[in-house]
Amino acid sequence: MSIQEPGFWRAGAISTTAVMIVVLIFLSIDSIQVISAGGANVPRYDVINQQIGYRYDWTRRMDVPVIGGPEPLFGTVYSETGAQALIAKGKLVIQSRACMDCHTFFGNGAYYGPDLTKSWLDPAWSQIWMPATGAKTREDAMVMFLMNPDRYPTWTRQMPNLQLTREEAQAAVAYLKWMASVDTNGFPANFGMKQP
Amino acid sequence: MYRSQKLALHYFAAAVIFFGVMTLFGLLSALYYLYPSMLFHTFDFQMSKIMHIDTLVIWLLMGMLGAVYWFLPKELGREVKGIWLAEILFWVFCAAVVVVALVFLFVQYGSSDQFSMWFINQGRKYVEAPRWAAIGIVIVMLVFAYNVIGTAIATRRMTGILWVLCIDLVPLCLVYLDAFPQFTNMSVDLYWWWWLVHMWVEGTWEVLIGCIMAWMLMEVAGTSRRIVETWLYIEVMLVLGAGILGLGHHYFWIGTPQYWLSIGGFFSALEPLPLLGMVVHAIYDAGTHHLKTTNQPGFYWITAEAFGNFIGAGVWGFMMTLPQINLFSHGTQWTVSHGHFAFWGAYACGVIAVLYVAKQKTSGIDYLSGRAWKWGFGLLNFGMLGMVMGLLLAGMAQAFYGRAMGGSTLMAFTQSSENPWFVSGMWARTGFGVVFALGYIVLVYDLVTATRRMPKAVAPPEPA
Repeated sequence: MSIQEPGFWRAGAISTTAVMIVVLIFLSIDSIQVISAGGANVPRYDVINQQIGYRYDWTRRMDVPVIGGPEPLFGTVYSETGAQALIAKGKLVIQSRACMDCHTFFGNGAYYGPDLTKSWLDPAWSQIWMPATGAKTREDAMVMFLMNPDRYPTWTRQMPNLQLTREEAQAAVAYLKWMASVDTNGFPANFGMKQP
Repeated sequence: MYRSQKLALHYFAAAVIFFGVMTLFGLLSALYYLYPSMLFHTFDFQMSKIMHIDTLVIWLLMGMLGAVYWFLPKELGREVKGIWLAEILFWVFCAAVVVVALVFLFVQYGSSDQFSMWFINQGRKYVEAPRWAAIGIVIVMLVFAYNVIGTAIATRRMTGILWVLCIDLVPLCLVYLDAFPQFTNMSVDLYWWWWLVHMWVEGTWEVLIGCIMAWMLMEVAGTSRRIVETWLYIEVMLVLGAGILGLGHHYFWIGTPQYWLSIGGFFSALEPLPLLGMVVHAIYDAGTHHLKTTNQPGFYWITAEAFGNFIGAGVWGFMMTLPQINLFSHGTQWTVSHGHFAFWGAYACGVIAVLYVAKQKTSGIDYLSGRAWKWGFGLLNFGMLGMVMGLLLAGMAQAFYGRAMGGSTLMAFTQSSENPWFVSGMWARTGFGVVFALGYIVLVYDLVTATRRMPKAVAPPEPA
């Protein structure tokens, strides 16, 4: 079969595609294990009962999440199933309010609002919203903000009031805390380390 | 004219209307960046964005379905099998899109329960349409697959283009099933969501538009079947050879293993190759035929498709795909710049080319040209280039000031969005968006009136 024959390139197209699909399937099987809750890169949902930080790792040469000691959320220690139910609710809140069409998660979504990958760790909660709302904890400030974002504007681009109930706002906050614990290969870099 | 081709004309008309809706909401979305309090609590940014990107998918999909319904009976010399079902589903499809749009406009969002997922808004980018509508799209795609494969079986004849199309229909239908699940785990959710967005749009759609362009080159430039089929196989080999694992460039930062940084970076870097091949192909054809064609706008839009695909999807994608750069550019307006250019080059130009070919054939004129199409071509491409450059300027400001220097916090995001480079970039995007919208109006005017203004029998110009 000559290189000028269409059949030569047809065989090339079929074999190349088949090989790539097989490789993708094997990589996907491994990746899904790594990113399932409790996998190597994604902690179980009850990680929301612990402190979560983000530090530069000199071995891996990138920022990595650091899971610390106990730090109950809303003063509650959640069981594994309780945490899973709360975070499942949080995901439904995020989808039903189309949060991804203003914000980004792991950098994916729209680009009108800030990225929420590590927003649990954002210094703005303690520096801006805790004083503004009068809340004593970061999570309470987050709940108060999410329930009434139009009451606490910080910028011309305001978040609209999406009619979140307290239960929904708490679930969304739990989701953000869990998400901050995911190992994202250093994304975003230098989070919270510097100010422009 | 076959019934299938009449159906294609319906699809083309619907595609042009939704193209207009997409443009309108694109302009509106741009304005929120300049006037953030605009329509606050009445119609907020996220709903405008949803309307913009969902109508983008719908008009391109309708345009490509229409193109296949146009060329298929000609390819096989018979009416499309089960065309009556496709005709009914066209109207169901249009009605469903209108209902979903009305829900997005007036209901917008619901509470955090399964009812919202089924009937209001799924809140997953590009597939926000509620599940009932997503099921409708699957049914439309299945009937489309039945039409194509059933017709080929009925005629007991297969061409190279049809083989590629039939095989492509399998993932085209299967991958869309990914529009339904609701995973709690965002990492898993995005893993499969990228199969939908990347594999559908950068895989199956690339192959689908490749088949359509193969028919178009035979129609408009008179290229031989042997050449277009050879190029189609090469394109499929390179697009899927690089693109399947090129999926990895979406897996850098979602929690997936670190090996995706190398795999995604390497294969993404190869992704421009098939698009470069298309440019070589276009130049070769243009040179062979001395730019002689019976359909000038169709020919020029095909050429724009080849160059736009290479530069918009290939070069712009490569510019930000290596992980060292993507760490800072990911999720900024830089991505938006690439997205606009890639969709425009890879699909929109090709669909517009098909519109002109169908226009010429239905009106029975020998040579289609004129002045208006040149204005439409110029304004649309100039407007798109301006938007892309404005968004790139804004995105680079975000990447440097907000990400690399600022550390990606809320304050870094805010301050980089107030940076003069960002602000001027967004003004440029809006201004060129107006130019693009004017181009759309001229395009529609030309599509409606071009054949009335052209004499029935005019010989095409002889090559120099």
